[in-house]
Amino acid sequence: MYPSRFGYELPKTVEEAVALLDAHGGEAKVLAGGQSLVPMMRLRFAAPEMLIDINGIEALHYNRVDADGTVHIGALCRHEELEDNPAIAKAIPTIAAAAPLVADPIVRTRGTFVGSVCHADPQGDWAATMTALGGHIVAQGPKGKRDIPIADFVIGPFQNTLAFNEIAIEAVIPAPKGVRVGNYLKLERRVGDFATASVAVSLDMKGDTVAYAGIALAGVGGRTINANAAASALVGKKLTAENIASVAAAVAAVAEPRTDHRGSADYKRQIVKTFVERILTGLLNTSQKAA
Amino acid sequence: MALDEIKIGGLGASRRRVEDNRFIRGKGNYVDDIVLPGMLHMELLRSPVAHARIKSIDVSKAYDIPGVRLVLTGEMMAARNLAWMPTLSYDTQAVLATDKVRFQGQEVAAVIADDPYIAKDACQAIVVEYEQLPVIVNPFQAMESGSEVIRDDKENQPGNKIFDWEIGDKAATDKAFAEADVISKMELHYPRSHPSPMETCGSIADFNRATGKLTVYMTSQAPHIVRAAVAMVAELPEHMIRIVSPDLGGGFGNKVPIYPGYVISILASILTEVPVKWIEDKTGNLISTGFGRDVYLQGEMALRKDGKMLGMRMKTISDHGAFYADAQPSKFKIGLMHSAFACYDVPAAHLESVGYYTNKAPGGVAYRCSFRVTEAMFFQERMVHAAANDLGMDQAEFRRMNLVKDDMFPYRTAFGFLTDSGQYGKCLDIGMKAIGYDNYKAEQAEARSRGKLLGIGISTMTEPLGAGNSREYDILGIKMFDSAELRVHMTGKAILRTGAMNQGQGHQTTWAQIVAHELGIPADDVTVEEGDTDTAPFGMGTYASRSTPVAGAAVAMVARKIRAKARKIAAHLLEVSEEDIEWELGRFYVRSNKERGVTIQDCALAAYSNMPDGMEPGLENNAYYDPPNLTWPFAAYFVKVEVDAETGVWDVLKVVAVDDCGVRINPMVVEGQIMGGLTEAYAMASMQYQTYDDEGNCIGSNYMDYLLPTAWETPGFELHEVVTPCPHHPIGAKGVGECATVAGPAAFVNAVVDALGHLGVRNIDMPMMPNRVYEALTTGKDISGMPPVKMGD
Repeated sequence: MYPSRFGYELPKTVEEAVALLDAHGGEAKVLAGGQSLVPMMRLRFAAPEMLIDINGIEALHYNRVDADGTVHIGALCRHEELEDNPAIAKAIPTIAAAAPLVADPIVRTRGTFVGSVCHADPQGDWAATMTALGGHIVAQGPKGKRDIPIADFVIGPFQNTLAFNEIAIEAVIPAPKGVRVGNYLKLERRVGDFATASVAVSLDMKGDTVAYAGIALAGVGGRTINANAAASALVGKKLTAENIASVAAAVAAVAEPRTDHRGSADYKRQIVKTFVERILTGLLNTSQKAA
Repeated sequence: MALDEIKIGGLGASRRRVEDNRFIRGKGNYVDDIVLPGMLHMELLRSPVAHARIKSIDVSKAYDIPGVRLVLTGEMMAARNLAWMPTLSYDTQAVLATDKVRFQGQEVAAVIADDPYIAKDACQAIVVEYEQLPVIVNPFQAMESGSEVIRDDKENQPGNKIFDWEIGDKAATDKAFAEADVISKMELHYPRSHPSPMETCGSIADFNRATGKLTVYMTSQAPHIVRAAVAMVAELPEHMIRIVSPDLGGGFGNKVPIYPGYVISILASILTEVPVKWIEDKTGNLISTGFGRDVYLQGEMALRKDGKMLGMRMKTISDHGAFYADAQPSKFKIGLMHSAFACYDVPAAHLESVGYYTNKAPGGVAYRCSFRVTEAMFFQERMVHAAANDLGMDQAEFRRMNLVKDDMFPYRTAFGFLTDSGQYGKCLDIGMKAIGYDNYKAEQAEARSRGKLLGIGISTMTEPLGAGNSREYDILGIKMFDSAELRVHMTGKAILRTGAMNQGQGHQTTWAQIVAHELGIPADDVTVEEGDTDTAPFGMGTYASRSTPVAGAAVAMVARKIRAKARKIAAHLLEVSEEDIEWELGRFYVRSNKERGVTIQDCALAAYSNMPDGMEPGLENNAYYDPPNLTWPFAAYFVKVEVDAETGVWDVLKVVAVDDCGVRINPMVVEGQIMGGLTEAYAMASMQYQTYDDEGNCIGSNYMDYLLPTAWETPGFELHEVVTPCPHHPIGAKGVGECATVAGPAAFVNAVVDALGHLGVRNIDMPMMPNRVYEALTTGKDISGMPPVKMGD
């Protein structure tokens, strides 16, 4: 790999990293897992003058679940650390289901959850998952920290609302209203391929009644598709074959797929519909079994 | 006592691969590992557009970058008569473009600099002004009257047609069709794919002005052909050219041709008088070097209503890209396409092939296949599947009825090949039992009741591997034989050199096993060397599964010459006449007294210390081997799939492979070859294709777009073997490296089409991506041609 010439800094603290970003006035890029940035530098699609490598900031390397069920994922938490993670699996089943489907095992050992959300790839798994979960990003800049709700953070393809001198240091997923259940399904032509279509579903259940419903989609539009409004039809209701079918149809309707070499727009809608149905039916069957 | 052949690593031993010791420790020595003193680095500037006239090239800004030593353009190559070079198919190919660029990725300029970063920066600083021309991305556009002529550099090239070629007996075939009860038709596209070896192409040219010697370290599957070509093209004396292929990170046919990068690095070294290294990047490899396939296949079968095949007609329309650079025996314009139906008793056959230029990368290499047999066998087995359905016959029984029977060998095919051995029916039986064919209709009905679509696909074939013989097979007039040279040292250890070129086949392991088999010298005592034209004997290189059939035979033959001399030495040592000597593995003994004997090692020592009067000292020899015929392995593959009717996703439930490649030198290596080939077959069927949009942009220029399956998707394989020794090969072996890539894809496609057959679907062209399968199963219509190439955003 022969990228353009670039500078390199390895700060030890977030403050130091923010100061470096600030000093380079928009010409610097943060390097976390590097699984999107480095390939773009290889192709010379990206040619940052300066890389601020935050891998030396050990304080950002964590994931934890609070007593109330709030989940914090630090900027250096690798995808792999969310796989086979019993605490995460209990707190957020959708993340546990998506983690083994992110890219391929090699990427997962290096790439980060927060970095993937920041990258805001319309086909990215974590931006969709965060959208379904209604999480937020904690950004730190020269003036301190601020919380950015995911809907205000990922605003378009490869676009987030971080200022040039801010670093996304943490992703936060709020405590559930009841028991959180969910799943993630993805159709890809091959492990590591961009998704043809992905569906993230997360429900908070009070008994057999839905207290919160979040659904988001990847790969079926020029941006991460927020289908939470369609999903909200389930709130206050029990899951039934009928409302599953109507929500699946409503979610498929808000997808914005385009015909390309992965399939026609209609095909992608069909996949979305099928996956929403399969996930919700699976959750219904599991809850009936438990009862 | 005769030695235990398995213990000494002889024939049939699953000896661990000698090569792996260094490969798995990171101690391989690839071209890019080689560093020479004072070496400069070369990078190529490639065309971003598919078809355009070059109006100007301004290299001045590149020279402004510190560390840039030389910038080469087509004009400078032309001044040295090197702007164009010959291809392996009697065409010409631009080295650096002078007049026009004819495909995206074509080489336009080269920068030679102190390091590769600088060279890449400087390429970006070169300003090229292009005047865009109409782009042709398939043969149907190319054949339209009035379409832009791509090869306006050639005289007598009014349009874009390269050749119109035919073989077979047209009259007899017409007659068969006239007499047929049923005529079954099939139309297919075998998409363009790229061999995509893990290591890209590259070279280090080192011209020494003082000695006049040119040494080129390069990624070549056929270093001797390169030496001959360089001698002719660059007009350098052949004895002053040394081509060295070190370890190769895979080839699959991609490293047979001579690429512009090699030639430019040679000129750059001659001009700079220091070594110049060129290592292609992955994108460069995918968009500019030899591709495989890209053929439209049409045909029909004449059938009697009881199922007997009476005749076959086939037409191919092939896309060769901007230069006709197929690597194939010169006599045949579309490789060995006419090997189609060689395993069936078809009395009459005719093939017509038309080839076209397009604005796509040149190539048409034998991607893990013996010169277009992959397309031939794919068509054959898809056609057979459709014909059986048209007749209302069972897939397996239709094949059994028409396969050449064991007692029909030697069998002359309608196209004139002579198949010589096999037990086709036995292979079919083993495969049917293993896949559970008896129960399949019941299983299919049960699956349908659950909303799942189950299917079994079969593919059976024999293919011609191991070109020559030299009567019929040559490349640019050089006959396709091979060679081996064996030197036994005085302590009984040996070095073997051949004109083949290992690129993953395991020659270092298996050639030594042949020596062990012939001489009883343990395989561990035999060093194998290939790839250095100053030391290796002449050979045509390794591709088309020809190494074991040809070079491997030469190894056996040279070992026999050594044994013949050792026998004379043994007679001398044992003080008996040669006629009284008997041989058992590793040892000569006196016929009348088996206890009295000498080992091959005793003979080796005597060859240097105690030879008979009048005998030339030493124990070494060479052998050139011109095979009397091709070798004809047989394969029967079975694939069982289940299709998800709501998504079009198909899961492979089981794959059974029955291979008869004659005597297996190293069963483990053979099994590895078959599993690798089946993986590539699955890849073709499911995802691995390269296409172009209307502007000629290559879709498949990186591994996000060009999909290679991983261990995750790749199904497991159940392997079975049948052994019918090759009647003419010295150790009874047949080629095998490519059987599974060749016959495998049809088994996967037949399985999916079988699962959807009740819906009226007759064909789904590869790649059978879930969306295409879904479309077929919801509409009941065939899916033809390439997927649309509009890229998402």
